Amino acid sequence: MAHYFKSVLTVLAARGLQAIIVSVIVGIVSFAMMQALPGDAAFRIAAGRYGYDMMDAAAAEAVRLELGLDAPWFVQLWGWLGQLAQFDLGNSLVYGTPVVDEIATQLGYSLLLAGGAVAASLMIALPVGIATGLNPNSLLDRICMGLSIFLRAVPAFALGVVLVLIFAVQLKLFPVAGFRGIENLILPSFTLGIGLAAVSNRVVRDAVVDAMNSDWQLFARTKGLSARLTLTRHVLRNAALPVVTYVGVQLAYLIEGVVIVETVFAWPGIGHALVHAIFGRDIAMVQGTALTLGLLYVALNLCVDLACRGIDPRERAL
Amino acid sequence: MFRSLSLAAAIALAAAASPVLAETRSSVTIASPWEVASYDPAVAGFTIQKLQIMENLVDADATGALRPGLATQWAASEDGLTWEFTLRQGVRFHDGSAFDADAAVLALTRAWGQPGVLQKAPITQITAKEGKVVVTLDAPFTALPAFLAHATTIIPAPAAFDAEGKPVALIGTGAFAVSAFTPPQSISLMRNDAYWGEKAKLETATYLAAGRAETRALLAESGDADIVFTLDAAGYSHLSHVETVETSAVPIPRVVALKVNAAHPFFNDPKARQALSLAIPRDGIARAITRFPEAAADQLFPPALNRWHSAKIEPLQTDIEAAKALLADLGWVPGDDGVLTRDGERFAITLRTFPDRPELPLIAAALQDQWRDIGIELEVSVASYSEIPAGHQDGSLHVALYARNYGLTPDPIGSVLQDFGPGGGDWGAMGWENQKVVDALKVIASTSDQELRQANIATVANLLQQELPVIPVVWYQHTVSIDKNLEGVVIDPLQRSYGLSEMYWAKD
Repeated sequence: MAHYFKSVLTVLAARGLQAIIVSVIVGIVSFAMMQALPGDAAFRIAAGRYGYDMMDAAAAEAVRLELGLDAPWFVQLWGWLGQLAQFDLGNSLVYGTPVVDEIATQLGYSLLLAGGAVAASLMIALPVGIATGLNPNSLLDRICMGLSIFLRAVPAFALGVVLVLIFAVQLKLFPVAGFRGIENLILPSFTLGIGLAAVSNRVVRDAVVDAMNSDWQLFARTKGLSARLTLTRHVLRNAALPVVTYVGVQLAYLIEGVVIVETVFAWPGIGHALVHAIFGRDIAMVQGTALTLGLLYVALNLCVDLACRGIDPRERAL
Repeated sequence: MFRSLSLAAAIALAAAASPVLAETRSSVTIASPWEVASYDPAVAGFTIQKLQIMENLVDADATGALRPGLATQWAASEDGLTWEFTLRQGVRFHDGSAFDADAAVLALTRAWGQPGVLQKAPITQITAKEGKVVVTLDAPFTALPAFLAHATTIIPAPAAFDAEGKPVALIGTGAFAVSAFTPPQSISLMRNDAYWGEKAKLETATYLAAGRAETRALLAESGDADIVFTLDAAGYSHLSHVETVETSAVPIPRVVALKVNAAHPFFNDPKARQALSLAIPRDGIARAITRFPEAAADQLFPPALNRWHSAKIEPLQTDIEAAKALLADLGWVPGDDGVLTRDGERFAITLRTFPDRPELPLIAAALQDQWRDIGIELEVSVASYSEIPAGHQDGSLHVALYARNYGLTPDPIGSVLQDFGPGGGDWGAMGWENQKVVDALKVIASTSDQELRQANIATVANLLQQELPVIPVVWYQHTVSIDKNLEGVVIDPLQRSYGLSEMYWAKD
């Protein structure tokens, strides 16, 4: 047990250091990228604020003056790093609201959607993957392979619209878009979850096939364990390792990579916000969002590490 | 897979079904493309005003005629330099605080300090005097009351600002108060039972910003949204066959126009701009891209601006041969590849436009194709709309395609003055100035003699039609789908209000 805590502490310390390094690098890189974008930032910010009916050169000049965009880049970067050291992400340049408030709301919705999507994908991938893994190369396995390839190839946008047409417009089971309650979570979760399950059910299947072909599986059977006990005690636990790692990767992808699904379902997530912030040259929002996503990656890696240690006793002994 | 889907469906249905059955219909959901993420009237005023959360001193009806809002009457001094606005008594903000001249002056002074419409008026001071709001000017300006009807001059409560004067809440005097705000997607509203005017019939309402046109059409078809604004052509024609909704298209004072750099050697002769205009397939664009054939813009000001639109103006035509002849007159000769040349220079130009209005890049592609026929090589650059004012300022712009709303204030003189007044404007004339137009605009902005005003408006409209510093392409239609059981819906062509307070559900 002492070994276990020691290894957990090592993981925590390593990831803590990683978090600090990630913050600094993400901050500097996102700042540099925003500076490198073509076009005049004052014009872009004014456009984001006032819209094309009200935006003109006078508005752009007022923005330039208000935000000090004329200052040399190193002064601006230093100012932001100074704020960051005091845990202050500043105000959105476009909306004037505190960045931390916006991120808190949007990150919450993004995490909810990501969680829903992973739950939906596991609901599909685990039973399908285990069933096909126990019967490799069967007719079921081949059909699932074909379906997986098809569903992976369909863009999330198209899948989302098809699901809405069937389950919201025709069957009227769920709302089309928005976020009034848990019923709003189902369709976007399955839109994302089906795409994820198309890959993860094959990961589960391969892990189960490997486990079933292993020596220790044969040993367990030989020593007299029933097929069911072998499966639940040994095979699933071993097969879980690659699956947990893969789910971690998927979660990271989900939190930042679901812009199009957020837009289709009018879901106020962080990916959608990041894209808008980049268009509007909202440097404070872009930096705050990128930083949050970077730290989230570190946190996810930490969770995956700890989960794998929980599942695999060999890692604890090391 | 289907098993888990239907299981999830059953669970969610069980959770959602019971409250739905108990609910009587006293609520509507509105869907539109515009996201709201700010408390600032300068940024989000358009939506805050449309949802009847905050109000202006001056209001306007659907024809653009001014009517009392939070001010009951207004008058200018004899020299036209001082305006007094008498305020409505007994009005309270949603937080219970009283609306008075100090609150109005605070809000208007802030709006005046921001980029926006008040900076375009010759204002020198805004003060409170004996319970009235007094605005002083350094030149007579009759459109001032119309400017105070603009969305960025709505009046938030003093409590809506923090100690530094930054807007931090949505508190107004309107028929609806905000019960929840989830930027950028949604605002929940509840009826303001202490409203000074006729109280709303609905108890609650929800505003949902759905950026994609497909999503909005699906929201309308499924009944999740009761009123959906701004449909794309495909969604609009589909919804017109859906039984539960009614679709409607209302002409609005927005026009798709081409801004031409008249200082550029290719375009400094009005004949060159006329040639460009003759080679615009307006009917085809209106039929195939925006899908309202009657909206081909044969003059700049759309019919919705009834005082500025004129049936007497000679309409702009499409005539490729005439366009070619005009360019030949100017010394342009077709080269080997069909592109015109003059003094060794090819007629190759760049058009700037932006994707926020999805029809603009399509119209740009149609122009590219059509202008090739008259020997103009057009490169289309689709980027941020801020590239257009930026190109105006640094002189690098050739032509730009954009949508201009001349109905931002009930009287369009503010926008017209900005676009065609001295020096032109970021969203108007470039490298073009006409003294007759400048003089006429000065009269329109300052006279209260309606006949004189109308005569000068005709002068401006005629000169713009002949000189074409900005070439009109198509006018806009505001497309809406409405649930058939929803009554009392009035679509405002000036887009100042969604008309929420008038709506009610028909009894079954």
